[in-house]
Amino acid sequence: MELLRRFLSRPTTLFGLAIFLLIVAIALGAPFLFSRGPFSIVGMPLLPPGAPGLLAGSDVIGRDMAVGLAYGARISLLVGIASTICAVGIGVLLGAVAGYYGGWVDDLLMRVTEFFQIIPSFVLLMVLVAFMQPSLESTVIGIALVTWPQVARVVRGEFLSLRAREFVQAARVLGMRDGAIIFTQILPNALPPIVVVSSMMVGSAILTESALAFLGLGDPNLLSWGSMIGSSRSAMWVAWWTTVLPGLCIVITVLALNFIGDGLNDALNPRGKR
Amino acid sequence: MKLRYLVARLVKTVLVVIAVVLLSFFLIRLAPGDTATVMAGQAGFADEAFMKSLRAEYGLDQPVPVQLWKYLSTVAHGDLGSSFVRRQPVLDVILERLPNTLLLNGFALLVAIAGGVVMGMVAARKPGSAADAAMTMLSMVFYAMPQFWLGMMAMLVFSVWLGWLPPFGLETMGADYTGLARLGDIAVHMILPGVTLALFFLASYARLTRAAMIEVADQDFVKTARAKGLSERQVARRHILRNALMPLITYAGLQASILVGGSVLVENVFSWPGIGTLAYEAVQSRDNPLLLGILIVTATLVCLFNLITDIAYSIADPRVELS
Repeated sequence: MELLRRFLSRPTTLFGLAIFLLIVAIALGAPFLFSRGPFSIVGMPLLPPGAPGLLAGSDVIGRDMAVGLAYGARISLLVGIASTICAVGIGVLLGAVAGYYGGWVDDLLMRVTEFFQIIPSFVLLMVLVAFMQPSLESTVIGIALVTWPQVARVVRGEFLSLRAREFVQAARVLGMRDGAIIFTQILPNALPPIVVVSSMMVGSAILTESALAFLGLGDPNLLSWGSMIGSSRSAMWVAWWTTVLPGLCIVITVLALNFIGDGLNDALNPRGKR
Repeated sequence: MKLRYLVARLVKTVLVVIAVVLLSFFLIRLAPGDTATVMAGQAGFADEAFMKSLRAEYGLDQPVPVQLWKYLSTVAHGDLGSSFVRRQPVLDVILERLPNTLLLNGFALLVAIAGGVVMGMVAARKPGSAADAAMTMLSMVFYAMPQFWLGMMAMLVFSVWLGWLPPFGLETMGADYTGLARLGDIAVHMILPGVTLALFFLASYARLTRAAMIEVADQDFVKTARAKGLSERQVARRHILRNALMPLITYAGLQASILVGGSVLVENVFSWPGIGTLAYEAVQSRDNPLLLGILIVTATLVCLFNLITDIAYSIADPRVELS
């Protein structure tokens, strides 16, 4: 309760939370809000926002931008959340093993995470997605593959400091197996930093997805904010809304998520350095 | 001691590059179809005998470790294979575009560091002031913004609406400037992509400078400088700033990989003829050898840049324990 009060005490967190819930509602409600799908052509191309029946105008081939934006939210949120869950899964598992056992396992993991820090991960991601063929799955898998080391580092650090604590020694003396100690004793205590890191990762995964889609490496059968911007590049000169609006959606969503992440950080880590 | 550190650091750099090459070898094998199927597809026909002869020619019928060894040694000789589409050595294609990317990234790094340091100093002068709060807010917004979109917005405002700056390319097409006029033309073309690329890092450099300035300002040697009667300006510039700049060196190295990723996107927005646009072309034409070549070359460059910043740091701050 105390935690919740602290979490909600900052106005920016509340703002972020409100915006995020609104976007989730729009994403979930898209099929009910609009009778037509995002790919159906509704009128002349490049009609400005406010044209009859078109809240956000129409795009280069005459699709309703408002419908596209609403359906785009689904892709952004889906990719952001799914890739973060995958990355956290891999990161927690490997980070926990490395931090708990130490030794060569730990050395190896540290080398791998350093490797990922040094190489240009966006170029690697482009290669991965291109080789797997662009699709929703390859986007999610690709983002998870290049971001899990961030989580692993954090988890490993926590496990390294927690494994020497008395409650862990007690568990060991009681004859608990390593697996049980890792998941039932140490992991719950390591959760706060993991939550903070993952909340920040959702936003950056959304940015990465939009960049991939912008370059034409997104799922060709789905409309996302990034692909909307990418496909209307040539129209930017005459129809600003085709690129400005999807971009604003990305900024607002990611900003809201980062505000939530900051709030979580403050609530879970009150004495932490900022 | 220092020599040993340098050698260890160099070995590490080489190991990372080898790891990237290994990774790309396995990615090639992961991709659907091998070189033979791609070549056969281009030739337009494929019977079993032809495929077999192709595989023998490219060594694809050999065991994996043998293939791996061959691949490693060709890459070590600077041979990254040849581009499927361009029918040129991959390395030549990349080297032709590389100077443009280095120019853009170098310019962006300079803008980011110079701008970030100035903003950070302003914010550090009065922590909690309006300037400080505005800067924190600004950096949050830049963090939430897709870089390619920021570039497009800059283009929309400064090229489409105001008409101040050229929106595309490295230089004016068909103008055929030479000498200084050409340099000036390129510089003007570089402003929009360069500043777009810099803005994302500018915000973080500003935050870093601010934090370091506040931290250093608390230390004893600063009090001594004040006590001996130096003006506040002199203390800030000569004592605080110089020491606060140290973390920026490390940070610039750590961010190099992100800079390159951003450059891929920004180059594409502004049609800047560098590695980033090349990577896009490689993806579009399914030119896998070229794409992997770009990965290997950019990773090598980032590693080298990291090596340089590490050495620079160890020279600038002799207190650092080199281990």
